[in-house]
Order: sequence, then structure tokens, then C-alpha cells
Amino acid sequence: MWRDRDLAAPSRRAFLKTGGALVIACFVPFAIRRALAEDTPAAAKKPVSPNAFIRIAPDESVTILLKHSEMGQGVWTSIPMVVAEELGCDWSRVRVEHAPAAPEYAHTAFGMQMTGGSTSTWESFDQLRTAGAMAREMLVAAGAKKLGAAPGDCRAENGYVMHGERKLSYGSLAAAAAKLPAPAEVKLKDASAWTLIGKPTRRLDSKAKVTGTAEYGIDVKRPDMVVAVVARSPVFGGKVQRFDATKAKAVPGVIDAVEIPSGVAVVGRHFWAAKQGRAALVAEWDDGAGKSLSTAGMREDYRKLAATPGKTAKSAGDVDAALKGAPGAIEAEYEVPFLAHAPMEPLNCTVSIGKDGCDVWTGTQFQGVDQRVVSEMLGIKPEQVRIHTTFLGGGFGRRATPNSDFVSEAVAVAKATGKTVKVVWTREDDIRGGYYRPMWLSRLRAALGEDGKPVAWSHTIVGQSILAGTPFEAAMVKDGLDGTSIEGAADSPYLAAIPAHRVDLHSPQSPVTVLWWRSVGHSHTAFVVESFIDELAAAAKQDPLEYRRALLPKDSRERRALDLAAEKFGWGKPLPKGHAAGLAVHESFGSFVAQVAEVSIEDNKPRVHRVVCAIDCGPVVNPLTVEAQMQSGIVFGLSAALHGEITLKDGRTEQSNFHDYPALRLAEMPNIEVHIVPSTDKMGGCGEPGTPPIAPAVANAVFAATGKRLRQLPLRLA
Amino acid sequence: MELLVNGQKHQVDAPADMPLLWVLRDLIGLTGTKFGCGMAQCGACTVHLEGQPIRSCVTPASAVAGKAITTIEGLSKDGTHPVQLAWQEVDVVQCGYCQSGQVMAAAALIKNNPAPSDADIDTAMSGNLCRCGTYQRIRTAVHRAAALAKESGHVA
Repeated sequence: MWRDRDLAAPSRRAFLKTGGALVIACFVPFAIRRALAEDTPAAAKKPVSPNAFIRIAPDESVTILLKHSEMGQGVWTSIPMVVAEELGCDWSRVRVEHAPAAPEYAHTAFGMQMTGGSTSTWESFDQLRTAGAMAREMLVAAGAKKLGAAPGDCRAENGYVMHGERKLSYGSLAAAAAKLPAPAEVKLKDASAWTLIGKPTRRLDSKAKVTGTAEYGIDVKRPDMVVAVVARSPVFGGKVQRFDATKAKAVPGVIDAVEIPSGVAVVGRHFWAAKQGRAALVAEWDDGAGKSLSTAGMREDYRKLAATPGKTAKSAGDVDAALKGAPGAIEAEYEVPFLAHAPMEPLNCTVSIGKDGCDVWTGTQFQGVDQRVVSEMLGIKPEQVRIHTTFLGGGFGRRATPNSDFVSEAVAVAKATGKTVKVVWTREDDIRGGYYRPMWLSRLRAALGEDGKPVAWSHTIVGQSILAGTPFEAAMVKDGLDGTSIEGAADSPYLAAIPAHRVDLHSPQSPVTVLWWRSVGHSHTAFVVESFIDELAAAAKQDPLEYRRALLPKDSRERRALDLAAEKFGWGKPLPKGHAAGLAVHESFGSFVAQVAEVSIEDNKPRVHRVVCAIDCGPVVNPLTVEAQMQSGIVFGLSAALHGEITLKDGRTEQSNFHDYPALRLAEMPNIEVHIVPSTDKMGGCGEPGTPPIAPAVANAVFAATGKRLRQLPLRLA
Repeated sequence: MELLVNGQKHQVDAPADMPLLWVLRDLIGLTGTKFGCGMAQCGACTVHLEGQPIRSCVTPASAVAGKAITTIEGLSKDGTHPVQLAWQEVDVVQCGYCQSGQVMAAAALIKNNPAPSDADIDTAMSGNLCRCGTYQRIRTAVHRAAALAKESGHVA
């Protein structure tokens, strides 16, 4: 989501006002321990928390409080693995719960509680191993005392503190352990001693999810709860002018219709009543300036902007002179459309406002932001906003809005009606509701030297800033440059090998709301850079793999991923008749991913048969998760590459549901092979880095198959 | 109207056009069946009507009154239907939101076709969208479920 390493800078932490060092975030030793460790028979049966992340019960169950949101990416399993590695508990007794919203669960780099940017594993890896080790040391100390042995002579093993052959279970020791002081320092295991980290481990949420018992936000039931569906302006930036709810209220089951800042909420006994009531609502809208907006018009504006240099993001040498002086400069324009995230679970949020605060039940990626936004709306303290995180039926960035759009709207409805309310979005509301991946246009020019290598590279990017106008702008937009607009382009590893280069940015504004969409800026820059490099290789009449290898440093992680993917694919070996291969390599979120796609053309459309993917993400916690996330990222990117497009006409989104905003289906699924580069390099992420390389790999394969260079997504041959 | 869901009778007071999906979720309280699109495009709402898969989001509850409806909650007592076992073994789920529908579609598939080919799976399962992209493991798991059903002599 963000350029991760930049955000660890103290100034950014200060901006978010919480933050703090690892060990501080690790503990709520005093309050919780004192509350739970009262030495009474009743308390003895209660679970005990050695720290904010671990709760051990007398029945030997170990509950890990997950500060991240499980949205499919597997943190429900991989994060507990990290804790359990050091805690030394019995893995089969591990349970998981989403943690409440509280400062101790803040992201160690971003300083607020959130899940995004493919950061969960690396940001908490040291913190949670430390939490596990501290709890283990406290258990060992308590066990040693009861066994009358020195702690140094005891060891922790599979849920027991052992002294020779004598042993005491964690469950029997938890209450005593919680009364001990937390060790000031713990020694973490050497990587060579890991038994869980690195081991393929099945998910802990499978059973709940195949039996229908996993609770998502949309499943929340509260006493006297009503359901609301909101009529929002059909035009971006529009406002409700007047409405007549007579017919809406005549629909059986409809209770009320109330105006809120985002439109009119129709409230019913159940979803169907509210939805039918909304259909019967008569509303007039003030469209505002947005009504003349169209993507066709925006494209023309973007083209004009791209003909002029924008704000310089990266530059070296005299690009204009180098381009002028070179014979046969290569020029190309690339374009990608607005995209909706379309998570399978439509957005929803349940809110109950009481005398002592506000309860929010939802699947959110942004507990820290939501808590602040709601507390400001209601004029209460952040800790009075109790966020109950459910499973998320997909997030992809949509459930992380800087203004908490779907949460604040539900709070507005609860406030206006005085009821416990669940606001549910229809799929149409979701597809038409904005917060899109921005539409982007890129103009590229390059000149090649005698050896075919580029000597000049100019890349002008045009598209809306995600961060402009949000609370993140001040900290994350530098000198007018939104880093999420240019990531993957301004820091392309190819630039170092090109003597004259420039990457610049225009950030036009529009009423269309935009947001991070799985892999953020990389979702367009990888397509552009990896396609254009392919164009240069073709112009130089060189093999696309060798051309890239010659530009990338020998010992680079890009090269390692690229070489592994090419080797496993069998790059250069004959393919079935009519099939062709294309490749791409791209770093995002600290991980380096190369993909080779095998494609043929069927009914004048690209058909992807096989994808070989290699990733270097540094040390791996759960190889099953890495494999799943590469498959997942590829499918998400392929959906966009083959189908995804949001267009606007007269200020309105032209698509509405999965029939006209299609996603990849099983019959189109290529066979994906995932290979992990053995690596002890810095740990990166997995949730997003699988997405960026697939569009260019497929586009490059289409070029290899047809000689046609497709410079627009979705890829269309006719 | 009276609905027969997972072998239990439920008296519900619902408008005639109210889809089965919302009667199950909001009136009966069985939330395992999911809302994804409301127009039979995504399969998240798949339930069985007398053993065959239907899209409950476009099926008026009044049209299926009295007929045997099975939801994900009623597929097995304790998550031990061969499809549920195979799904866990193959580690299929991600966000999991579509998986009730996927499991119901797969259970109907192997009941109708005890040894489906990849092409059969593609045909039977392509109406079920998964935005997390679990399709490859779904293919593997359907084959595994078919094998498990055969081994155990499972009768759906």
C-alpha cells in the first residue's frame, strides 16, 4: 500500500502520534495482568494474558490476539506461527481472535492499527517473536519455582515447562506466570532452530470457512438491529437536493428514511425491505460539476498533460538532448483504467451508539483510522469507540479508507436513527461507489545505443493522487509528489543502467474518489515499465530475458527471481503450436517477483495457459501462504488485465455488477507454479507483490504470439 | 409460508418476492449463505434445492416453500462432508466469503458426477466467483473430494 521502508522514519510515526518502539508496543503488563491474575478460585479458571498478544487458559488453549485483519491473506495462521515459534506452545491448542482496537496493537512502522501494504509479517516479526519469548520466559520462571528448580535448568517444550522428566503444563502455570515481572530482555531463537517458521502449515480458519460459521461483518446480529441501504449520488461529487420517502415507507418492513451526509438511508427490518424501500425512494440530486465527467474526456486531458513534463520525480543526465541526438527514438503511450476492488463481501458496517461510547462491528483494514474518525464524529474519546473486527470477505485496499467512508456513514445512520443499524452496500453500490484504482496514462520515450541498450528514458505519468486531500497527505506527499503514483517507475532498477533518464508526474484532480487497490502504484507502473522494456528489447532485436538480465545488476534480487522463473518455465524451449511466452519482473513491498506467462490467442482474445512465478521475499514464515498469495495476486492482476474496466459517462459509472465488470472465472484459470527463491535477505511482503508482473507478462506474451503490442488494459486485440 | 431448511420447518412472514437468500439470512438467521451480487452472477448464495444447486439470491422464497432446502450449515453435522474435508486438506480458503457457495456447488457436482474431469469442474464451478483466486486449489480439492467420497462410500 505504501512505500513501506520510508514510513518507518520517526517523523512519520510522530505524525500518527502513537507509534513507539517494539518493546513498548509489546506489553500491557500492568493493567491486564493485574486484572486477570487475582488469586481467587474464580480467577484461577480465567484465561491469563502474559501480554497483549497471548492468552493462556487452564484448558491449555492458547489464544493469539491478532492485531491484523484476516482478509484472505493468511495472517490468521502465519502470525500465530511467529508467536508460537518462541512461545513453545502446542500448535494444536492455538486459537485466534481479532484483537480489539487499542494503541498496543499499532503497526510498528506506521504507528496506528491497520493491515495493508503487504507489511504484516515483517512489521510484527520481531515484535511478536519477542512477545512469545517473554511469555515463555515468564512461564519457565513460574514453572521452575513450582518445581523447585533453577529457571536455567528448565526448558519449554510443546506447552510444558520441563525439568528433566518432570513437567508442568502452560495452562497450570499461566496464572502464576502472569504475576511475575516481564523479563527486560529475551534471547530469540536462531533461524536454524526454528521448527514452525518456514514449515508449510495449513490454515486455522478453514473449518469455520467451509462450514459457514465464520462471522463476516455482513453476518453480525445485534439485539433490535435494523438494516439500512443508502441512496448515494449517482454522480461523483453530487448531493441530495430533496427527497420524498412516502413510497419508500409504504414498502412492508421499511421503518424510516433519513438524510445523512452521503445521501439518504432507507432503514428496514431486514435488507430486502431496505433495498426495496430504496428502490421506491424519490430523490432529486444536485449533480454539481461532476455531471460532465467522462473517462473519454479525461483521457484527452491526460494526453495533453503527458505532452508536457510534469514534476520531476527522478532524473539523471540530459534526457532531451539524448533523445534528440539519437536516431529512431521509440515512443509509446500506455493507459490503464479506473478499477473497482469488488471484494466478494459487499461493504457493510454495524454501529450501536450508547451512553458510554460506540460499538462498531465490521471488517476493516483500518482500525486506527476508524477509531479516530468515529471518535471525532461523536465527540468521544478514541477508546470509547470499540471496534469489533470480523473476518473480511476480501479487502484489496477497499476496506482501508483514510476517511473511513463506510464506517463513518454507518455511524451517521445510527446517529440519525438512534438505532443499532447495519448498513449494507449492494454490489451495484460497490461497483459505482468510487474509491477506485486511479486511471493512469503514461508517455514513454527512449533511445537505444549501438549495443541496443537504452541510453535515454523519459517517462511522464498522469493520474490522480490517492493521498491528496487525505490526512496522510502532509506526511506522505513530498514536494508535490505522491510516492504511490510513481512507485515502481521512479525507482525502477533499469534506470541505473540508463545514463540519461527522467520520470515525472502530473496529478490532475477530479471528483472521482480514488484509493489504493492491491499493489497500488505498482498496478500500473509494472505494466508500463515491463512492457516498454520489452518494446526496447524487440527494437534491439534481443531476447527479452537476456535484455533484462544485461540491464539488471548481476547480484540483484530481481535477477535471482527472473533466472529462477525462466529456468523453471524452460524459457527458450519450444512451446505447443500457437503458444508464446512473455515475462516480467518487478519489486514491490520489499519482494521481488518474476513471472513467465504462456499464452495463445483464442477467439481473438488472450488465453493464459500457464504462469511460472518466482518470488524472493526473504525468510518465509509459511510457504503455503506464499504460494496461495502468489496465486491470488496473479488471479487478481489477471482479472484486471483481461477484464477489468470502470468507465464514466455524464459523471456516472457505466458498470454495475459482475456481468459488466467481470472477474476471472475458474474456466479461465491458468496453471500457476510458484517457486520461492531461498533467501536470507530482508523480509518483504506477499499480499500484493504477485499482482504487478502478470499484466505485462501476458501483454509481452501476446506480442510474442501476434507481433501486436497492447498498450492498454484490459488487453484487447480488436 | 413454511420453509424446510436443513430438515427443519420454519414459519416465516415474508413478502412473496423476497429472495430465499434474505429469508435464510435475515429471518431464519442462517448467515452461512452469502450475498455477493444479487443477480446470480457470483454463486456465493448457492444452496441445494432437493439436492440440486440453485442461486438463492434470485429465487423467491415463496417458490420453494415446502421443498427441501440445504444450506452450508446443513451439508454435514460437523464439517465432515468429503468436500469440506478436501477443502481443509488442500488449504483452499482465503477470505472464505465465496466458499460456502463453492462448497455447495462442488458437493452437487460430485453427487451428480462422482469422478469429474478438469473440464467438468470448469463447467460446473465457473459460475462461482472467487476474488481471492483460490481456483487452482479448488480444482485440486474437487478431485480430492471425489476420491474421499469414493473411499468412504459417502452418500450425499
